[in-house]
Amino acid sequence: MSNPATPDGANSPRRAIDAVNASLKRRYAAEKRFRLMGMSAVILGLAFVAILFVDIVAKGWPAFQQTSIQLPIYFDAQVIDPEGTREADTLSRANYVVLARDALRAQFPDVQGRTDVRALNAMLSPGVPQQLRELVMADPSLIGTTQEIWLIADDDVDQFVKGAIPRDVPELERRVKDQTVAWIDALDERGRIEKKFNTTFFTAGASREPELAGIAGALMGSFYTLVLTLLFSFPIAVGAALYLEEFAPKNKWTDIIEVNINNLAAVPSIVFGLLGLAVFISFFGVPRSTPLVGALVLTLMTLPTIIIASRAALKSVPPSIREAALGVGASPLQTQFHHVLPLAMPGMLTGTIIGMAQALGETAPLLMIGMIAFIVDIPGGFTDPSTVLPVQIFLWADSPERGFIEKTSAAIMVLLGFLLLMNLTAVLLRRKFERRW
Amino acid sequence: MSTTAAEVGRATPTGAITAADLEKDRSFKGTIGDITSPNARMVCRDVNVYYGDKQAIKRVSLDIGKNEVVSMIGPSGCGKSTFLRCLNRMNDTIPGCRVTGLIALDGVDVYDKKLDVVPLRAQVGMVFQKPNPFPKSIYENVAYGPRIHGLTNNKTELDELVETSLRKAGLWEEVKDRLDQPGTGLSGGQQQRLCIARTIAVSPEVILMDEPCSALDPIATAKIEELIDELRENYSIAIVTHSMQQAARVSQRTAYFHLGDLVEVGETDQIFTNPQHKLTEDYITGRFG
Repeated sequence: MSNPATPDGANSPRRAIDAVNASLKRRYAAEKRFRLMGMSAVILGLAFVAILFVDIVAKGWPAFQQTSIQLPIYFDAQVIDPEGTREADTLSRANYVVLARDALRAQFPDVQGRTDVRALNAMLSPGVPQQLRELVMADPSLIGTTQEIWLIADDDVDQFVKGAIPRDVPELERRVKDQTVAWIDALDERGRIEKKFNTTFFTAGASREPELAGIAGALMGSFYTLVLTLLFSFPIAVGAALYLEEFAPKNKWTDIIEVNINNLAAVPSIVFGLLGLAVFISFFGVPRSTPLVGALVLTLMTLPTIIIASRAALKSVPPSIREAALGVGASPLQTQFHHVLPLAMPGMLTGTIIGMAQALGETAPLLMIGMIAFIVDIPGGFTDPSTVLPVQIFLWADSPERGFIEKTSAAIMVLLGFLLLMNLTAVLLRRKFERRW
Repeated sequence: MSTTAAEVGRATPTGAITAADLEKDRSFKGTIGDITSPNARMVCRDVNVYYGDKQAIKRVSLDIGKNEVVSMIGPSGCGKSTFLRCLNRMNDTIPGCRVTGLIALDGVDVYDKKLDVVPLRAQVGMVFQKPNPFPKSIYENVAYGPRIHGLTNNKTELDELVETSLRKAGLWEEVKDRLDQPGTGLSGGQQQRLCIARTIAVSPEVILMDEPCSALDPIATAKIEELIDELRENYSIAIVTHSMQQAARVSQRTAYFHLGDLVEVGETDQIFTNPQHKLTEDYITGRFG
């Protein structure tokens, strides 16, 4: 019995510790390999995320700036309001294009001929008349005066100034011709062309002109849709989770329900879109393209996510709390609402936020219910036709104009910003309310 | 309202226990010793508990008397906790659990289908193995029961009730300055006394304790045992314990359970000094368990 470490004691000449030592090197090597593989997996993943972010930010950054041309505009009373009535109707119907074009012509008095004049006029955005109209409508006393106004430049000029259209390619392959380049240079010399912060991007709805297009419409559409989705899905999901987890008998039927909820979470989202089209729009007559029908479809889609998260949250509440409450004579409902639900709430909210983030980024089902429509007006309610951020990104990514490339990336940046914000909220919420037993 | 076992046999509608029932039960041969109590609060006769197909308790009959502490001892898995949890129907929450036989509180059948478990649990309070205060303030922990049952009319009364309950549980002096702090922040022993205060705040008639000291150190245990002795003046107490010393210290009567059978019941002194059954003797002398 000199060697108690080995099971067969004195019969074995080898001590157990020798066997342990012999295998140590191999065991540590395996651990090292595993760590290395894990780390390379993480690094690879992070690298791809970094590439994605850098690419999007690099492409989208210029969209937050917009080239403008400063011109001294003479608000000619003869053009705007020849009769001097100052009526809103007259002011809104006046021919503002002429004012801007005259001011530009005054900068280049030697431009002659129809083609050249047209090229010169094309430097200004088609949105310029609207810009001037709004100024005059807001302040009719401008009429008869001359003001220095920053006018929105056309998207080709904008792209050239931002360097997206290079100077050194042959003129034939360039959208901005030599003459226009010369005009831009001339304006630049006079300090009349400048890149300014692009407020239009955040205040305007969709437009066919890149320089006039903004995400406000899509943002509001997303906002209304998400608010409704939250209102619909949260109570239903929490109720369903509470019933299934705490009240329903555990039998074959609840098993089937559970399996099917998990199945629903895996159904391709386009299927929910088709369902929405067939049921909500065709059968119930919910107006198409509206946040209302969008929210109904997204509710179907997010319900399984929130139910599964809520059930997990309920499961994590220790049974001792339920026993404590039942033990002092609380009814089952009181037990749930006074004790279990408050403790499960952070987990439920985390699941809800993740579900909402999923809904915010969802495109496919909304295409089926008409939220892909081209909508210029910013929606003002739950039943106004609207589109949402990811669909707007899809629409812009499909547009041929060069200016829309940067708009697409900028919209992705805004969407990612909101998603990060939501996920951050979920993490913080979990941190703050997490209880340990 | 207290009723002796003999008085239970009233001609009441459903749920009442007849004298014939009791006579039959008295003749039950399995258990050694006197299962009855002269001043019975809770009367249990032929209680069987099944978890699915498995029978956890076999024909157990036992009384819990007024102003007495009955301790239940036995090796793990012998069914003593299961039996305890039958007394306020906490077993209802376990799926597949079925209880047969008679359990009566002051002559009323606890397992009557028409009986509401909410008032029953207000009458038969329970203290659990692991201290389980609500993750709320100390005050809220104690005030919760009275509040949901509407035992007090205003804030002053509630404050008084909370104070009395904490005093009875011997916790008042330690927590009176921090009633608004979370109950989960107290030490283990304090938490368990808080749970006792929470239980007695709803003025139960019987208190069930399921190994209340198993998670506590000896000093906290001593405090709880002292408390149990004081509580005996006003309540009937049934306590499950793994510590035979504890059973000897706090209880008047002791019941020994073995594999779902109630083997022997008797005065605590008698059980520990002169056990009748071989199994009881083996367990008490530490031959197994």
